[in-house]
Amino acid sequence: MEQHWKSAKGLFSAVLGPPLFWLVLFFMIPMGIVWLYSFGENRGLTEIALTGTFSNYLRAFDPLYLKIFVKSVGIAGLTTLICLVIGFPVALAITFAPAKAKTWLLLAVMLPFWTNLLIRTYALIAVLRTEGYVNQSLEWLWNGLDAVVGVLGVGALGPFQPLELLHNNFAVVLGLVYVHLPFMVLPLYSALDRLDTSLIEASLDLGAGHLRTLLVIVAPLALPGIASGVVITFIPALGSYLTPDLLGGPDSQMIANIIERQFKRANDWPFGAALSFLLMYMTFIAIALQAMLSRRRREPA
Amino acid sequence: MSMLSGRGASRRSLLTAFGAAAIGVSFSACSQPGAAPAGGGEEPKLNFYNWDTYIGETTLADFKAASGVDVNMSLFATNDELFAKLKAGNPGFDVIVPSNEFVSRMTEAKLIQSLDHSKIPNFKNIDPSFMNPDYDPSRKMSAPYTWLVLGIGYRKSKVKGVPDSWKWLFDSDAYKGKIALLSESADLIRLAAKYKGHSVNNIPPEMIAEIEKMLIRQKPFVKAFHEDNGQDMLLSGEVDLVLEYNGDIAQIMTEDPDIGFVVPKEGSLINSDNLCIPVGAPRPNNAHAFINYLLDAEAGKEISETILYPTPNAAAKALMPESYRNNPAIFPPADVMAKCEYGAFEGAAKASLYEEVVTRVRAA
Repeated sequence: MEQHWKSAKGLFSAVLGPPLFWLVLFFMIPMGIVWLYSFGENRGLTEIALTGTFSNYLRAFDPLYLKIFVKSVGIAGLTTLICLVIGFPVALAITFAPAKAKTWLLLAVMLPFWTNLLIRTYALIAVLRTEGYVNQSLEWLWNGLDAVVGVLGVGALGPFQPLELLHNNFAVVLGLVYVHLPFMVLPLYSALDRLDTSLIEASLDLGAGHLRTLLVIVAPLALPGIASGVVITFIPALGSYLTPDLLGGPDSQMIANIIERQFKRANDWPFGAALSFLLMYMTFIAIALQAMLSRRRREPA
Repeated sequence: MSMLSGRGASRRSLLTAFGAAAIGVSFSACSQPGAAPAGGGEEPKLNFYNWDTYIGETTLADFKAASGVDVNMSLFATNDELFAKLKAGNPGFDVIVPSNEFVSRMTEAKLIQSLDHSKIPNFKNIDPSFMNPDYDPSRKMSAPYTWLVLGIGYRKSKVKGVPDSWKWLFDSDAYKGKIALLSESADLIRLAAKYKGHSVNNIPPEMIAEIEKMLIRQKPFVKAFHEDNGQDMLLSGEVDLVLEYNGDIAQIMTEDPDIGFVVPKEGSLINSDNLCIPVGAPRPNNAHAFINYLLDAEAGKEISETILYPTPNAAAKALMPESYRNNPAIFPPADVMAKCEYGAFEGAAKASLYEEVVTRVRAA
């Protein structure tokens, strides 16, 4: 029995009221204040005068900052792509796992969230650094191989050269993929789990191979899941600053690092606010693109 | 984990962990009831806003035993966080610990009040050389708590001799890929100016441009700009030379005898953390009593034993063991210290400019 909301106005407003109040008070108003700051100028050390100036935005369009925006989009895009390539098979495997194992597998995907991001990032440092676990293991294998080669009398391999795994853009992308993978796997899983398996069976029965079934049947049906996975991976990746700060090299700054420094060390809140809002507009564009894409996909069908 | 116990490391990592802290403060500005009202008769309580790992183990309990005042300590991670929090109105702190440059900023922004020296007789324990700094002439607004100096932490076995010049960090490929610089824009530019023979203050624009070129040239040889966790990178062998504070390196020197510390011969930046009473402090009398207690010789000794930072308290230093007093990392030689300067606050525009220069260097 569906009711039109107008016939139960009291109940409707009672249910909608508190979250709406929460949203307005703790999201809309603060965002509005930051938005206003982006049109302001510093006056002395503690005052910001709202002069309606566009100079903060003009400064943000300096090639210096645009380049960093582009680089951030590139890093976030690469992260999202890698997450999709790794996450899709994982989500598929969980979907087809026995019901009992499913719960455990999903729990395993979410497990990293039980640990603070900072701790996980420091753990990655311990794994990747010059004398970290990866390089120590490789060195051990290398020395073993060296001994074998020595016994065979072919000649020595020379000393082990540790891999440069930390403090470069590779480490940043690796860290971002590690952190954001669950964001990709969970929406993919929820899309794949709802998939009608009889369609897959039909496709296989009618002679399509596994790969073809995956690409022609499963992927299009899971498209809404893929799209939402891409968006909720891309957006936080675009705004990340802890990972590039701790894992990055001298040139691995992303736009959020710049914003952070404006609010803290440079004490230039108006400029920081303008950069934040440019980032937000880009996010809106990404969401709008996703909505447009999913609409266009639906129409010709 | 040493990386979470050092003063510098914990300061910065705490902040990064709670990322939006500074932004959050601006949000709360609209919901806060404003500054706490000044209490008339003072209750035996005190709100102390301090850096992490920056007090003796029993100091607060000892103060309670001596005065009956219960100290509630909360922690901040950077000066910017402290400043941002008080900018929106004092939420009830009685004693805070800003660094030198921020003593100037907070004085200028009227966020701290002047101290009543008659209530702090233990000022007599302070080394006279700390009694009249540029950032607070004749100590009207602040009492010195600790000081620290930037220098080069290095791995002795990997470095030829003692790297006693900024050259090895800023202008040489001798230690390619084995250098980590502190990611503090103003500090980097000021030390580079020091390397070029200029003061850390009033750096002319053409020298800033020159410094930018030099740092861009040097960047390929730099492994990372660290978030004040340079001592961990040095300890783990990730780098061999690191720009760090003496206290941070002194802490790891106790763990690894292969680590050294030097303040380069050109001189360096000296910093000092100070006890101040913010405007609108609810219990100014307790605050004065507490500051006086922290400047006491025995209390100062207890604090220095825990945090291993150099103390400006001559009476407390005299009570400390030889290993502290004569540690060249904690107390670098006097002739080098004479060339060190405090970085002055030169206005918001300068801070913005330094930030942009380093952003350009890192984007290049």
